[in-house]
Amino acid sequence: MDFELSEDQVLLQESVTRFVADNYSFEQRRKLVDTDQGYSDKHWSQFAELGWLGMPFAEEYGGYGGTPVETMVVLEEFGKGLVAEPYISTIVLGAGALVNGGSDAQKQELIPQVAEGNLKLALGFAERQSRYNLADVETKAEKSGGDYVLNGMKSVVFGAPTAGKFIVSARTGGASRDEGGISLFIVDADAAGVSVRGYPTVDGMRAGEVTLDGVKVGADALMGAEGEGFAALEATIDQAIASAAAEAVGAMSTLNDMTLEYIKTREQFGQPIGKFQVLQHRMVDMFIAHEEAKSMAMMAAMRIDDEDANERRKAASATKVQIAKSARFVGQQAIQLHGGIGMTDEYAAGHYFKRLTMIDRSYGDGDYHLARFGALS
Amino acid sequence: MHMNFSEAELAFEAKVADFVQANLPPDIKDKVDRGIELTREEVRRWMEILGAKGWAATNWDKKDGGPGFSIAEKFLAEDAIFMNGAPKMVHFGTRMVGPVLLAFGTDAQKAKYVPKILTSEEVWCQGYSEPQAGSDLALLQCAAVRDGDDYIVNGTKIWTTSAHCADRMFALVRTSKEAKKQEGITCLLIDLKTPGVEIRPIITLDGKHVFNQEFFDNVRVPVSDRVGEEGDGWRIAKFLLGHERSNATYVSMNKRNLRKLKEISADQRADGARLADEPEFSRKLADLEQDMLTTTTMAMRQLAAASADKPVGPEASIMKLRVMDAYKQCHELMMEAGAYYAQPFETGHIRGEANTSWVGPDYLYRMSPDYFESRAMSIAGGSHEIQKDILAKRALGL
Repeated sequence: MDFELSEDQVLLQESVTRFVADNYSFEQRRKLVDTDQGYSDKHWSQFAELGWLGMPFAEEYGGYGGTPVETMVVLEEFGKGLVAEPYISTIVLGAGALVNGGSDAQKQELIPQVAEGNLKLALGFAERQSRYNLADVETKAEKSGGDYVLNGMKSVVFGAPTAGKFIVSARTGGASRDEGGISLFIVDADAAGVSVRGYPTVDGMRAGEVTLDGVKVGADALMGAEGEGFAALEATIDQAIASAAAEAVGAMSTLNDMTLEYIKTREQFGQPIGKFQVLQHRMVDMFIAHEEAKSMAMMAAMRIDDEDANERRKAASATKVQIAKSARFVGQQAIQLHGGIGMTDEYAAGHYFKRLTMIDRSYGDGDYHLARFGALS
Repeated sequence: MHMNFSEAELAFEAKVADFVQANLPPDIKDKVDRGIELTREEVRRWMEILGAKGWAATNWDKKDGGPGFSIAEKFLAEDAIFMNGAPKMVHFGTRMVGPVLLAFGTDAQKAKYVPKILTSEEVWCQGYSEPQAGSDLALLQCAAVRDGDDYIVNGTKIWTTSAHCADRMFALVRTSKEAKKQEGITCLLIDLKTPGVEIRPIITLDGKHVFNQEFFDNVRVPVSDRVGEEGDGWRIAKFLLGHERSNATYVSMNKRNLRKLKEISADQRADGARLADEPEFSRKLADLEQDMLTTTTMAMRQLAAASADKPVGPEASIMKLRVMDAYKQCHELMMEAGAYYAQPFETGHIRGEANTSWVGPDYLYRMSPDYFESRAMSIAGGSHEIQKDILAKRALGL
């Protein structure tokens, strides 16, 4: 039983904290997310130099052999500053899917490029009708000689506008919503028939609708065995939940600090509003909500690589439910306690609220994961 | 960072579980399982079995006569004791009075009281609240006036858990009305058999007799039974409340109650299927289990911090709030699971005094009483609102 970070992990944390302090003041972030790309190539190169892009990967693929705890450390600090670079989409979702489901040759080819900062990936797993069900895949991949031809559309693909390659789920067999028959393919962003309609999301990040119109890929683009891609996809999304949980914990931490500071200084009726017991108790509930989320993000980091897939699933779902509860409460109440200023675009609190709200809309919301957790328990 | 107990710790847990399975008397286990109130004799019998094994005072150091468990062992021991069906007991002697005597008592007091606390030969209760002094404990008025080598105590104490099973009371009394209300409070050890002590039962909503009110009419208490100096009472009480707020035990209680709730909801029918599969109920069940997983994880974090000798901060109040919320919710669902059979209420069965069979499934008849009893969990030991005041002040600086 040990909930402390190792010395190396503390150094990593300090280094990320420094990056966020230097580069992610609210004004700096606003300028950045208002650019076309929405994030900074310079930052991405810095991440590569600092080893953050290769962190979770095995040394044989140019990585540093980090554990999910290191990923948690990085994302919690990122969350404190609402870092906009497509870290989860490239490192956790894209490269994570490769680690979970790709062949050795595919990893050898792509992961070093990711670790060096030369390649961004994105994972297309949601579709127009799928909501959060990863098995609800209608995109088709049909065999044509030695190749596959992909047709369909992947929805709200995080990081799509600047991804060099996509990993997409497509049906090679089975009926709608069967877990069997789902395959994962690596698709070049500039392959014929691929089109990306990119857009900003409400939290300042970037995503895109990825249309696959008769896209021809070779057999070497198939990850793992045909029709058996679901397990890797599901594991990847569970890992993304652990990462998003850490980011949400960081965002809640900043939002709580900001709100506490506000109620200590804002005066009405001749005293700081934090003197009113109704606001004190609300703030205490927000503090507890953050502590609960933090406990579960730590639990997820420790359990998400569990050999037992059911333990991993339960950890991911229980954590996502907690994040849904905590993030919603902290986000909504932070705005309430700030009053009017919290509603404005020029004040930071609302931007944290937006990011927290969109994390709840990602990888399955609280309702979805409560049902999944209940079915597993 | 890891969440695993060591091999040695797990082996220790198994050892405690084996002991409880072999030594918990079947009649007591059966009563606990059915939620029937234990008699004074039964409470003492089990406490003495644990005491003889040296495990009554799981929190005591070896040098004080305790088992010297590590913090992880303490947690695992208590968990194994609960999960194997032992009664929920409030060990005022080992958890509260003992540590206070070890910290503040005279050598004579330690020699006289500590050995019998360790063996549970003497059972203690604590006299804190009074009718006018609840959350605002410092308003207490029960008066002790010096008369030679004695104090003469007059007044009343209320909400005293298990006073009717106890030999002695650790009481806070007022020795001065001059000073600030927190000053002028003194700790006395009162022998409940002293002339002038009257203990009246308070029957709660669940039909049980756990709480009592005591009346003191010119009760003589030797000055040698004063803990600390006159006026030290508030400082000592705060030390004690710190002990009372370590609520890890309730994590194990919750675990046991959840196990029971799952058994019940697997057995109860709804539309011909298991109640556990009814959409609304299964959702609440999952939500509760998720909550409990969060509180367990927080408890583990605190345990790990305590094992590393980090000071326990405001987390103790967070645990009290969240653990008790889950406790209450679990009992609410057990009551809901009963539907119509949540309604029969024959106190004789609850008190273990009836010789008729109960109405409905034997696991259901106590669920409503337990639900009503559970509402006390956010009142006793510092209400939820007081815990939030503490957090606002100490953790947030408000």
